[in-house]
Order: sequence, then C-alpha cells, then structure tokens
Amino acid sequence: MPIEFEAPKPITQAQFMLKTVGEEMIRPKSRYYDEHEHEIPWDYIEFMHAAMKAVGGSSLAPHENGSKKDKEEKEKYPPIGYQLIAAQIESLAWGDLGFYHCLPGGGLGAAAVYAAGTPEQKGKFLARFNGEKPTFAAMCITEAGAGSDNSAIRTRAVLDEMTNEWVLNGEKIFVTGGDKSFTEYEKLGKGYIVVWATIDPSAGRAGMRAFVVEGGTPGVKITKLEHKLGIRCSDTAAISLVDARVPFDNILGSATVEKTTKGFKGAMATFDATRPLVAASGVGVARAALEFLKEKLAENGVQIRYGLPRQKLTSVERDVIDMEIMLKSAWLMVLKAVWMADNQKSNALEASMSKVKAGEVTTKITQKVVEILGPLGYSREFLAEKWFRDAKITDIYEGTGQINRLVVARQILGYSGSELR
Amino acid sequence: MYSFEPTEEQQMLIEAVGKYAVNDLRSAAHEAEESRELQKKLVSKGWELGLLQASVPESYGGFGERSAVTGVLALEVLAFGDLAGTLAVLTPSLFATPLLLVGSEEQKLSYLPNVIEKDWSPYTSALMEYVFDFDPNALKTTATLKGDDYILNGEKAFVPFANDAEEILVYANLDGMTQGFIVDKNTAGLTVGDEREKLMSLNALPLYRVTLENVKVPVSNRLGGASGHDFELILASMRVATAATAVGVANAAFEYARDYAKEREVFGVKVAQKQAIAFMLAEMRTEIEAIRLLTWEAAWKLDTAKEDAYIEAYLACTGAADMAMMVTDRAVQILGGHGYIREHPVEMWMRNGRGFAMFTGLAIV
Repeated sequence: MPIEFEAPKPITQAQFMLKTVGEEMIRPKSRYYDEHEHEIPWDYIEFMHAAMKAVGGSSLAPHENGSKKDKEEKEKYPPIGYQLIAAQIESLAWGDLGFYHCLPGGGLGAAAVYAAGTPEQKGKFLARFNGEKPTFAAMCITEAGAGSDNSAIRTRAVLDEMTNEWVLNGEKIFVTGGDKSFTEYEKLGKGYIVVWATIDPSAGRAGMRAFVVEGGTPGVKITKLEHKLGIRCSDTAAISLVDARVPFDNILGSATVEKTTKGFKGAMATFDATRPLVAASGVGVARAALEFLKEKLAENGVQIRYGLPRQKLTSVERDVIDMEIMLKSAWLMVLKAVWMADNQKSNALEASMSKVKAGEVTTKITQKVVEILGPLGYSREFLAEKWFRDAKITDIYEGTGQINRLVVARQILGYSGSELR
Repeated sequence: MYSFEPTEEQQMLIEAVGKYAVNDLRSAAHEAEESRELQKKLVSKGWELGLLQASVPESYGGFGERSAVTGVLALEVLAFGDLAGTLAVLTPSLFATPLLLVGSEEQKLSYLPNVIEKDWSPYTSALMEYVFDFDPNALKTTATLKGDDYILNGEKAFVPFANDAEEILVYANLDGMTQGFIVDKNTAGLTVGDEREKLMSLNALPLYRVTLENVKVPVSNRLGGASGHDFELILASMRVATAATAVGVANAAFEYARDYAKEREVFGVKVAQKQAIAFMLAEMRTEIEAIRLLTWEAAWKLDTAKEDAYIEAYLACTGAADMAMMVTDRAVQILGGHGYIREHPVEMWMRNGRGFAMFTGLAIV
C-alpha cells in the first residue's frame, strides 16, 4: 500500500453515525451530567449497547476468532480494527468525553485481557460484552503511592494452595468505570475489574501480574467515587481488596516469577495499544472546541483568511490556524500509531508520541478556545468551559505527558529505565 | 485506506537520495557555506539522481510521472544532507514543474525537453520580493497587457542562479492575480544584480536580485498560454516542498543533537541521561513527526486533487516553519557552547531554521 490518507468506508460510516449520536443524544445531556455527578446516563448506555449489537460490534476491543467469512475479508482488505476504534473514540469524545467513558464494553480491562490473556481467558472474559445487557470492565493499577511508577504497586496476590485461589489484598484508586464494572446493577451484565498486584514483592517488576476479579467478588468494595474537575459522568472509583479470592486461572500471564521483566513488559504492551486510543479521545474534545470556536467566529463575521502570510493575519486568525495545525497533526499521529498496531508493527514510540502530542494539543486548544471566546467561553451557558475541564485529564491518564516523554526519550535514545530514570 | 508506507520504488529512491545527501551534500556543506561556493560536480551528481526527470512524462523528455508524495519523501532526505545543496540541485524544477503542472502543451513541448534532457542547467524562477510582509498572492511586480505583449515591471529577490539562467519564470501581478511569465534572460529591461544576495544562511546558493523595467513578454509566454493558469496549485506545491525541506533540516539537527547528547559526559553521566535534555529531544522528535505526517497528507491531497489540498499545504508549511525553528534552536541549545561554534553544523541548521517562514518559492514538488 502506498502512502494514503483516504478514510476507509467503515470509518467514514462510523464517523457519520456517531456524529448523529453526538448531536442528538449526547450533547443535549452533556451539561446535565456535568452538573449531576455520579448519575448514570442509562438511556445512552442502553441505546449504545443496542446500537452496537445491531451493527455487530458490541465492544471497542478488537474482535477475536472471526468467522470464516471475516477471515476471507481480512485477506482481501488490510486490517483496520484499531483504526476504526480510534475513529469511533474520537467521534464519541467529540460528543462528550465523559459519555465516551460510559460506553458499555470492555475498555481497558478487556484490552488487558486481549493483550496478555490466553485463548481460553479471551474466550471467557471477552465474550460477555456481546450479551443481552450492557457490560463494563475496568483496569485497576494506580494506588495512593503508585501512579506513573506502577512498579511501586503494593497490592499483593498470594496463592492459597489449599483452594488453588489467589488471595488479593490492597487499595486501588482512580479506577475509571470501576463502579459500573464491579457493582451489580440490575440494568448491567456482570462485569469485572482487572487488578494489578505483585506475586513476589522482592522481584520488583518481574513479580507484577494482572488478575481478573469478577464483579461482586466478596472482599472487594468500592470505597469512594471521586469528585472531579471534568468528565463527571464517568465514575472514578477507589476500591479496596481485603482477602478477595479469585480462581487460579484468572491470572493474566505466567504464575511463576522469572528473573526477567518479560511478564511486566508484556502487560505494559497493553499501553502501546491503548495510548493512541486515549490520544484519539483527546483529539475529539479538541476538535469539538475548535469547531465551536470557528462557528462562533463565523456567526460574528470573522473569516479565517487561509493562505495569507502571518504578518497580515489577525491574532485570532493566527491562533485558529495554529490550532488547526496542532489538531490535524495530532490526529495523523494517532492514525499512524493505530495503523502500525493493525499491521503488527512495533509502535511503542509512535504510541507514546501520539499521546504526548494529543495530550498537549488538547489542553492547549481548549484553553485557547475559552480565552478567545471570552465571556462566551467562560460561561456555563456553552460547553467550551466544560471541554476545557474535560480536556485536562487527557494529558494525565494513561500516562501523563511527562511519563510519555520519558518513554519517547528512552525509545529514541535507546536507553533502559535505569539509564534514563 | 490509511497507509504510511512508501512504495518499494519510493523506498529505493529514498535510499539512493539518502546516500547522496549524507555522503556528498552533508560532507561538502560546511566548506560550501563558508566559501560561498558549491561545486558544480556536486550539483551535477545530484541532478543525475533524476528526481525532476522522473516526475516528467516521456513525451516531454522525462521518464515518469509527477507525484507530490514522492517529491516530499525525496526532499526530506535531501535536505537532511544540506539545504543549500538541495535547493541548488532542484533549481531547474522551479521552472519545469510549474510548466508541467499548468503550462500549455506548446510551452511544455518547447521547454521541458531542454531542461530535462540536458545536464543540470540554470533554469529558474522569481517569486519573492523585498518586502516585510511578502504575500505570493499580492505581488508588487506588475504585468500589463499592451497589444500582443505583457509589460513587466518590478523587483524580484532571492532568485537562484539568475546570473547565468537561461530562462526565468517570473511571477507578476496581473489585475490582482499572480501569473507566471517565461522570460528569456537576455530580454531588454531585465537586469540581474551584480552582487549575490547575502542572507543569514544559504551562503552556498547563488541568489540574485532581478529588476524588470518595461520587460516585454509575448502573450504566448504567459504560463498556461493566453488564458493563463491557476497559481494556487503552484503555490501549494511550493509550500509542501518548503515543509518537506524543513522536516529534513530539523531531522538533521535532531539526530546530531541526540548523538552528541549520548556522547557528552556531565556529572558522571551522559547529558542525554538528564531529563531536561532527554525531554527536549523527545519533544523535538514528536514535533518533527507531527509536521512530517501533515506534509505527507498535504502532498497526498495535492496528488489526489482533494478540495482542501491548498489549505492543508498552507497549514503544513506554516507549522513546518515553527517546528524547524524550535527543533534547530534546541539542537544548538543541547550542544551548549559547542553549538555556537561553526565547527558543528547545528548553528547553520538554526540559521536555516528561521528561513522556512520565508523560503516558499525556493523549492517545489
């Protein structure tokens, strides 16, 4: 395939559909859920679940074990699974970033299973998202004392050889969608959380493993739902695990500790896949803000005179043009990273670069848009101020801008974690 | 479909061009910049890579088809070697490519084989003018129709190889529209400045001021023939080319600074092991990638005649100027005092870096 930028049909179709969803279903409720934190947008969740079932893909995790027909299709067309997901996420986040997080499906939890699970585990833990009821899964990594440095995780998993169960103890925070994944709501299918713990504290990274913990497991408790700057309709849970027992087979990766960090690195590969997707969500918010600004400028008779030398542009025109450069190039970096993932090319560098770039431009663009719009930007009458608040998280979660710079730097310098701390 | 992979053919081209860029252009760059001389041999060797020739169809003396994407890929690698050398090697395209894009059949047949089939020869073009807010769409140089001729008046700046050019494609303002005119260098009223222009960089590239005083150009020499042409396509092709060269120079500066930082010891470690430096490098690499992809997309949109191709070319070029300034400045900064010394190339790249905001008109894909 030569260099090409024509969006494949499934992507343009998804974008068209999700734009309608954004306009008709999400945007009218955006403000309400921002002001009613921790209420769950059930209508949207049920609608999206039904809609996704109807088009045959009920999760944003790439499909496994496709039918024969799928396989034939695959040979005819290059794979675009991650590209499609990135486009869907960008479109949904354009509607509302918090609503995107309320999209039923496996999210990061399923992504971890997809990246590190055995075929049996994939069968068991990925199928449920196609069920009758909308179903969620979440990822629990962060602890009060371990954020970006997730090798500092203290949650402990000990094998009880009598019952062949893992016994988990620890405290997790900042679990996106943790409530909907773990709490047993009548309207939801049974979800799970993927908990990161160490099976050998003396082994450091080599001892880290992820465990699938089914919703409702005794000993696991949602202790708090955070109150946040933005993305308020997405729940962010604190979860405590006290002697929580999970079956032996729920460990992702090997149960034995080798002296290498291969297991840890393998699990970290989850992030190579998900970073560009988080970047895509940021791009969606930034696009919403920039489009809104251009709309308001046009209403007020301000034209953007593309093609003029900078010396002849107004300050507002310069800002808009610079923001378009940022936005377009950030999206292209996302596309390249997911295109590489689809084509089984190692994309650790591109994934992190896309996140660095998207995190930065999303915060910059939303901040600049509020500034240029003045009182219209600052007022809660419009959504620009909300997007400003929503945007900030995209430069923080799934690796802060700084951690991703570190990852990029290690890649381009060929340094290990100990060479570049 | 989305795809970010050059074709095999393009890959081979990139490799061949890359070797020349590093082995020939780069190793001659310092000497050329200091002495203000570019070896003719070096330019001829670059010409023989056949970049322009491969973008011209057989019927006009070439052996291929023009592709902005291929042009961008080649320019990135060439400019990685040296910018002045790159612009010199491709100066004839400033004349030939606009003809190829919007010239009349007659013009193509009578000029293109001359440019393409010979050794490198100084066919050139004159777009830029000496004003602070230079705008390619609002030229001060004028063209007025008088009988069967256009009369050109004005002053052009930064015209490569004007002193011994055979033909110059002069851009002028015709009733508010920018139009190209093919002007023979010996036409009465056309004067090439005695002295070469002295700029902050590009010392190796001979650039001249050209004045036009009632220069008579037959109607048939208006680019595209009597009815003229679309200038936006030419301008967009120039902007994409400028962006691609910016990516090349920025990449050169980035790699040099990265390698230096991995060698240089400070406080018992390599300076690259300090986050202050490592993060600068990470951001440089990220910005280069961002603009590189935007430039690729703009070029692809030109090749596929997308509606917003011209806007995207403008965005790529504008973004490239900022990116190149940021990256080349940081390269000097990372080398510290050594970066300021002319023995290292980063100071030259930094001088190049500021120029991309005004280089449109010196390259085209």
